Amino acid sequence: MQPSPVPIEYFVILSAVLFVMGVLGVLVRRNAIMIFMSVELMLNAANLSLVAFARQWGEVNGQLFVFFVMTVAAAEVAVGLALIVAIFRSKKSIDIDELNSMQG
Amino acid sequence: MNTFALIVPWMVFLPLIGMLINLVYGKQMGERAVGIVASAAVGVPFLIALGLIITLSQTNFAPVIVNPPLLDGWISIPSAAIEIPWQFRVDTLSVTMMLVITGVGFLIHIYSIGYMHNDERYPRFFVYLNLFIAFMLVLVTANNYLMMFVGWEGVGLCSFLLIGFWFDRKHGEGWRNSNAARKAFIVNRVGDFGFMLAIMLTFWTFGTLDYTKPNEAPIVAAAAASDTSAAPISLFNSSTTPIVKPIAGKGVFGQTEQWLNDGTPHSVRFGATDVPLTSVLTLITLLMVIGVVGKSAQIPLFTWLPDAMAGPTPVSALIHAATMVTAGIYLITRSNVLFHAAPITSALVTIIGAATAAYAGYIAIGQWDIKKVLAYSTVSQLGFMVAAAGIGAYTVAFFHLVTHAFFKGLLFLGAGSVIHGMEHGHHALTHAAHDDTGAHGSTGTEGDHGTSLHASSEADSGSHSDVEHGAAEHTSEGATGAHGVSNTPIPEERATEEAFDPQDMRNMGGLRRKMPVTYWTYLIGTLALSGIFPFAGFWSKDDILGSTFRAGVISGRFEGYIAFGLLLLAAFFTAFYMWRQIRYVFLGSTRTAAAEHAGESSAWMTVPLIVLAVLATVGGLFNLPAVFANPGANIQPELLTRWLGQTVTYVPESQFNVVLAIVALAVALGGILIANYVYGRANPLTKRGNDPLVARVETRQVFNLANAKLYADEIYDRLIVQPFVRTSRWLSNFVDRQIIDRGFMGIAGIVRWSGQRLSGVQTGYVRTYTFTMLIGVVVVLIIILFPLLRLLAGG
Repeated sequence: MQPSPVPIEYFVILSAVLFVMGVLGVLVRRNAIMIFMSVELMLNAANLSLVAFARQWGEVNGQLFVFFVMTVAAAEVAVGLALIVAIFRSKKSIDIDELNSMQG
Repeated sequence: MNTFALIVPWMVFLPLIGMLINLVYGKQMGERAVGIVASAAVGVPFLIALGLIITLSQTNFAPVIVNPPLLDGWISIPSAAIEIPWQFRVDTLSVTMMLVITGVGFLIHIYSIGYMHNDERYPRFFVYLNLFIAFMLVLVTANNYLMMFVGWEGVGLCSFLLIGFWFDRKHGEGWRNSNAARKAFIVNRVGDFGFMLAIMLTFWTFGTLDYTKPNEAPIVAAAAASDTSAAPISLFNSSTTPIVKPIAGKGVFGQTEQWLNDGTPHSVRFGATDVPLTSVLTLITLLMVIGVVGKSAQIPLFTWLPDAMAGPTPVSALIHAATMVTAGIYLITRSNVLFHAAPITSALVTIIGAATAAYAGYIAIGQWDIKKVLAYSTVSQLGFMVAAAGIGAYTVAFFHLVTHAFFKGLLFLGAGSVIHGMEHGHHALTHAAHDDTGAHGSTGTEGDHGTSLHASSEADSGSHSDVEHGAAEHTSEGATGAHGVSNTPIPEERATEEAFDPQDMRNMGGLRRKMPVTYWTYLIGTLALSGIFPFAGFWSKDDILGSTFRAGVISGRFEGYIAFGLLLLAAFFTAFYMWRQIRYVFLGSTRTAAAEHAGESSAWMTVPLIVLAVLATVGGLFNLPAVFANPGANIQPELLTRWLGQTVTYVPESQFNVVLAIVALAVALGGILIANYVYGRANPLTKRGNDPLVARVETRQVFNLANAKLYADEIYDRLIVQPFVRTSRWLSNFVDRQIIDRGFMGIAGIVRWSGQRLSGVQTGYVRTYTFTMLIGVVVVLIIILFPLLRLLAGG
């Protein structure tokens, strides 16, 4: 496979921007589901970076690793959403600012 | 070969087995069975010891070293060349001690069956007694110093257990007993400390602690005087003298002899310095002497023995007259090779012994308690033995040890019989008088007692936080249920058993007619102790006086002069206070109704008295001087000296000095006659109930000082005990509680405080946590990429 015509820097910058947006989302958002979506965004940013570098160096390892990342992301989402449902059942809210009973 | 000697481990096992039987089954067996089991556990070893005498004589007195079954090597570290086996030693010296211990012990066990009748912890008493016999036998059958030390400590423990046997008596008396037990244990410990150091030093010097190794050639006394007497005592030496190295096949004494008689002086290497062998031997023996002073109650560690009279009388007879206190003499005699090579220590020992003899003899003059007189008498007689051992006459000291066991044991048992009689008389009175509602007959004379030092017991019940007491309480250590009499007139309701002391001689008198067997045996014991011909004490005491006289006058050693003078004075005191005791207790008229109603004791108690009286009479036959012997009629001379001489290396030659014997006899008779003159009335007490010596101005202080024990306990209390107690209180209350405890609580407080502050980090908000994580990630990234960043910034 020949190297991509798009210079690698664009991919990296895009990945970084996506990642930072994901981080900001995790920090700022109050809704737990939105936080999860931001975490997904961070993961996908990492995926993008992996695939870009895999294309550049001609190695398939990067693309293979993306498979793993996606699988883990899926599993994590499953568990996380189950947790959110359980929390909602007891606290009737998924606003993370109200989930501070582990304080102290 | 002496195969019978292989039975010697059983001499230790049998008392232990007896102890276990009594411990486990004691309560079910009943008094008679317990007493018989315990006595058999001591009687059979006595028979074994008799057999050992026979077999030893048949095998040319060769010492036998016996390994116990099933125990292969006790302390064995081959890589460090440390080999201290648990081996028993059968030789003439240890067999002599075995006989004394088991023989007198057997008689005292029989006596205790009668004495401890109806005591609520009767089996426990015999358990402790058997344990004591076992430990004492370990002490004397040991073949090395460490095993002897095991026995040494063990008898100290049993002494503690037995002195404090009645620790649960009421009205503060139980406290007195347990304080006395603790005092004995602690003072003994001081001595044990010295002995332990001596053992370590011996091991360092000789590489072994065995007296002799198996198959070692017998030790012969050095023919010529070794260079010890001329060697200067310098602590450090230039290392040109050859170094002492442990010799493989020889025990301590063999090595000593070899190194000393090599012709050249040797040194012992202590790391960087070399110390001459003679100095090391002096140091070893000095440390041993500390042990002897503690165990055998010499100055300055004798104060525990009078207090030990708080224990039951058989205990006083066995432990504090016949056996445990003689362990010190045994130690010196066993180490005679070492002591012979250390003339300075021997001189010190002589002076300590003689001074103790005179000191304790003087104090005994002023005591009112019948057992206290005997206790100080024991200290005094131990002083005799120690002085003899110091002067080099080891076998003579041992002879006195044997005869002293006989007559002092007899005297103590007799005192116990008297006390029992007095108690029975008192009980009979109080039970009879309970029918009346009024006064008891027995209290009539007790208000007369004037300058009594008996403190009121009620004052000190329960307030014992000190280890030792002050002055007055020591003189009233009544062991059998009664307390001393106070100065104030006794109100009627206190005139019960509490206020009556059956051990106070002022309450006695005229018991000769009430308790004839006790009287006659006690008289024999008194005459033997005073050294009257032909009783046993005459021969042994005369031997001691002769040895010191010879050492002083003939050999010119100054300690001989001092010792001779002091011992002669002590002999005078001995006769004086013993005859005083006879007059107070047995002769004259009865002074209280309790004495009037006293009766003779049971056969369990009187038969051992008779046996011991016989021994005290004929005991002199053990070591008759050659002048008196008649080999034709089978009265051998110097039996004991020759018997012990098979083991003891340095035996002085003894010549019987008739003049000296007559002088000693005259001194003793003079003491008796003067005592008879002072105390010769039907009621020796003055009208106010004082000793007649107090009535005359010249002798008043003599008596009062003696009664106050020359303030020995008070001096120790002021100088040693109170500072110690104050220091430990300060350390406990201030250092421990305020500083150390506060420090640790402070640290715990800091941890708690910081934990509380830090827990504020846990806000519970997820956002805080994620933000913290982000910060952490950024920091880590910076650290990882630091070189790259520097490159970028620079380039």
